Amino acid sequence: MNAPTAEDLRPREGEELVFDTNPVLNERVTHYCPGCHHGIAHRLVSEVLNELGVAPRTILVAAVGCATFTYDYFNVDSVEAPHGRACAVATGVRRARPEAVVFTYQGDGDMAAIGTGESIHAANRGERITAVFVNNTVYGMTGGQMAPTTLLGQKTTTTVQGRNMGNEGGPIRFCELLAQLDGVAYAARCALDTVKHVREAKRALRKAFEVQIDGLGFGFVEFLSGCPTNWHMDPIAANKRIAEVMIPAFPLGVFKDRSKGGEAKDA
Amino acid sequence: MPEYTDVIIAGFGGQGVMLIGNLLAQAGMEHGLEVSFLPVYGVEMRGGTANCTVVLDTSPIGSPLVREPKSTIILNEPSLDKFQPRLAASGVQVVNASLIPKERLDPARTTVYLPVNDIAHSLGNVKMANMVALGAWVKATGMLPLKAVQDALERVVNVHYAKMIPVNAKALEAGYDFSG
Amino acid sequence: MSGTPERVLAKGNEALAFGAVDAGCVCYFGYPITPQNEVPEALSTLLPERGGRFVQAESEVGAINMLLGAGACGIPSMTSSSSCGISLMQEGISYMAGSHVPGVIVNMSRGGPGLGDIGPSQGDYFQATKGGGHGDHRNLVLAPSTAQECYDFMFKAFALAFKYANPVMVLGDAVIAQVKEPVRRTPPPGALSREELDALCSPWRIEGYGARPNGSPRLLKSVYLAEGALAARNELLMKKYQEMRKEASFETEAVEDAELVVVAFGSMARILRSTLRHLRAEGHKVGLLRPKTLYPFPDEAFRDLAPGRRFLVVEQNAGQMVEDVRLAVNGAAKVDWHGVMPCIFATAGDLARPVLLALKGA
Repeated sequence: MNAPTAEDLRPREGEELVFDTNPVLNERVTHYCPGCHHGIAHRLVSEVLNELGVAPRTILVAAVGCATFTYDYFNVDSVEAPHGRACAVATGVRRARPEAVVFTYQGDGDMAAIGTGESIHAANRGERITAVFVNNTVYGMTGGQMAPTTLLGQKTTTTVQGRNMGNEGGPIRFCELLAQLDGVAYAARCALDTVKHVREAKRALRKAFEVQIDGLGFGFVEFLSGCPTNWHMDPIAANKRIAEVMIPAFPLGVFKDRSKGGEAKDA
Repeated sequence: MPEYTDVIIAGFGGQGVMLIGNLLAQAGMEHGLEVSFLPVYGVEMRGGTANCTVVLDTSPIGSPLVREPKSTIILNEPSLDKFQPRLAASGVQVVNASLIPKERLDPARTTVYLPVNDIAHSLGNVKMANMVALGAWVKATGMLPLKAVQDALERVVNVHYAKMIPVNAKALEAGYDFSG
Repeated sequence: MSGTPERVLAKGNEALAFGAVDAGCVCYFGYPITPQNEVPEALSTLLPERGGRFVQAESEVGAINMLLGAGACGIPSMTSSSSCGISLMQEGISYMAGSHVPGVIVNMSRGGPGLGDIGPSQGDYFQATKGGGHGDHRNLVLAPSTAQECYDFMFKAFALAFKYANPVMVLGDAVIAQVKEPVRRTPPPGALSREELDALCSPWRIEGYGARPNGSPRLLKSVYLAEGALAARNELLMKKYQEMRKEASFETEAVEDAELVVVAFGSMARILRSTLRHLRAEGHKVGLLRPKTLYPFPDEAFRDLAPGRRFLVVEQNAGQMVEDVRLAVNGAAKVDWHGVMPCIFATAGDLARPVLLALKGA
């Protein structure tokens, strides 16, 4: 079956347009798996950039993972970073182009395992960048291995008996870790499992960009996201896992907010 | 004046070895010579001795390192142990008589032996012992006029010690004029 | 820094920093390591004074990727490090090469392998000239042998980096880094202005699409997964490396009637210059060939000199550049080799014996 073209999707006579594309998000067929939340996260980023009107001066630093090709979806200038190094590359972009809006889009392995050093130090320097962190507790692109955020007891292809505290340590709560750094202006954790959570996620994401634009420091937002493929679940069950298993382990909330009138409130 | 000379300056850290090395290189450059200054870094330095090599040449300098120096300025005894045997046969060494016993000198070497600490002390500050030694070296080698070295002080001495420049110039002169 | 307006007395490291800012460098990213610390120390003052940016990175890994980001923006930028730090940077250098991103990387090398020692060594010849990182890539490599060349080569490094959208390495060692010499701060011939550098990168740099009239987004990347895509990409790189060959440069001294041509780069070359002048004065027919670019390697100079002469490669390592010399000579002349081990302070006199042995054909 051929994928529908943009033309196919235009409202026909008698149809009312209730949900439109936006110019920041390219119209193209997704390469992500069915039920994957990268699509929602992409949509939110594009809406925020569009509403803030900053896309023409935005530079995306793409990471390595399922979202390596994230630049195919965003209608902005982009540069690819080596695995884990997105926050360092973004630092270079930021220092080279003080007028730009700079963001990274990184998975859990990229940001919180191989790129821990680069992420923490960019945050600690208060680089005026926004990091979008997609946490799905598993390495998606390489086929379901343990991530730094894999939950205790969670089975992956490299923890077939379940993640074990004695051998692998526990899941890293990266949002809490970053929130304590002085350079971080905003840090929040949201989930993409329900409409309500998605709306909250968009508000948090907007703040994470606003603190950058206002020159307040590093903006960070963590999205608890589903990976039905590597969780071996259908999308509905994956959403249920986020609500019942992930959120208790990764509390939602704003852990740091230095924006005007902003105040951190614990989950 | 000679077309080429080189000197290894050695002493304890804090004796101002690097300062007079820099001063000599600066003076040589301002006098129109080609110069190189190479400080020795590394574990040797942590052992308490410091040394540097200065080359002065009328043509572009090849090696900034020398095995058998044409001259040395030796401010302490461990440095004498190290560099006296390496001094070129025709070379001259300026040796600090205030800290090094005369019997340690190799009689086969041409030596200018003067108590640089005592001379500096008599001028009001023992810290200028290095300048006294450099003054003696200028006299011994004739590579450049004393005035060139005195004039270069302004560019080498830290601005915070600018008021010390005249007395440093005097210390250079005292070394130059010394006759054992 | 001190001196008359005409010449200033500067260490190689300081000369590199002066050269960088005078050549138009805007951003510096680096992590401290001996023996190159005067480079970041000088630039931490010089750059902000001129509206530039200085970042002390959390690691060499961080530094090289910051350079990738700034280079992708078409802003003249650099990093500096030494051997073990350069090893850590190789990943980022490979990505820069694969993404056609310019940047200047100073390597004031030290002895290895491992932590080694901080003294002079030319053990990074392979790491510098053979790509160094993963995949099929090359960096332009410049080898200064005086403080003046440290200054001059920074202009050359930025010009080449932008001309070819490629990483350029300036390779020295502890002697080149620490020796203090007179330096003239005047741009050398071939230096490019900031406007000229801008013009070279304006077709590809990222800046936000709003900065361009047509407004179509740009992407700089090294990943090519479609069938045949990487092959096409690497053919493009290969073509670029072929074009770079014309940048090969070298200098010779007294080679015309030489029976033996001594080949050396960087600090070894200048030490040998003293050795050879001395031997010449004694009537020995010896000359010097000094590659100034190590990649591209000046192959043609060797082909031209090979008939009727022999070569002796002297380098401060266990035998690296000698391989390139043998490839260049390709059997047309005898090639001998003498190695000085790392962190030995070889003097002009020390090197006379191996030269005389090679001259006698021993």
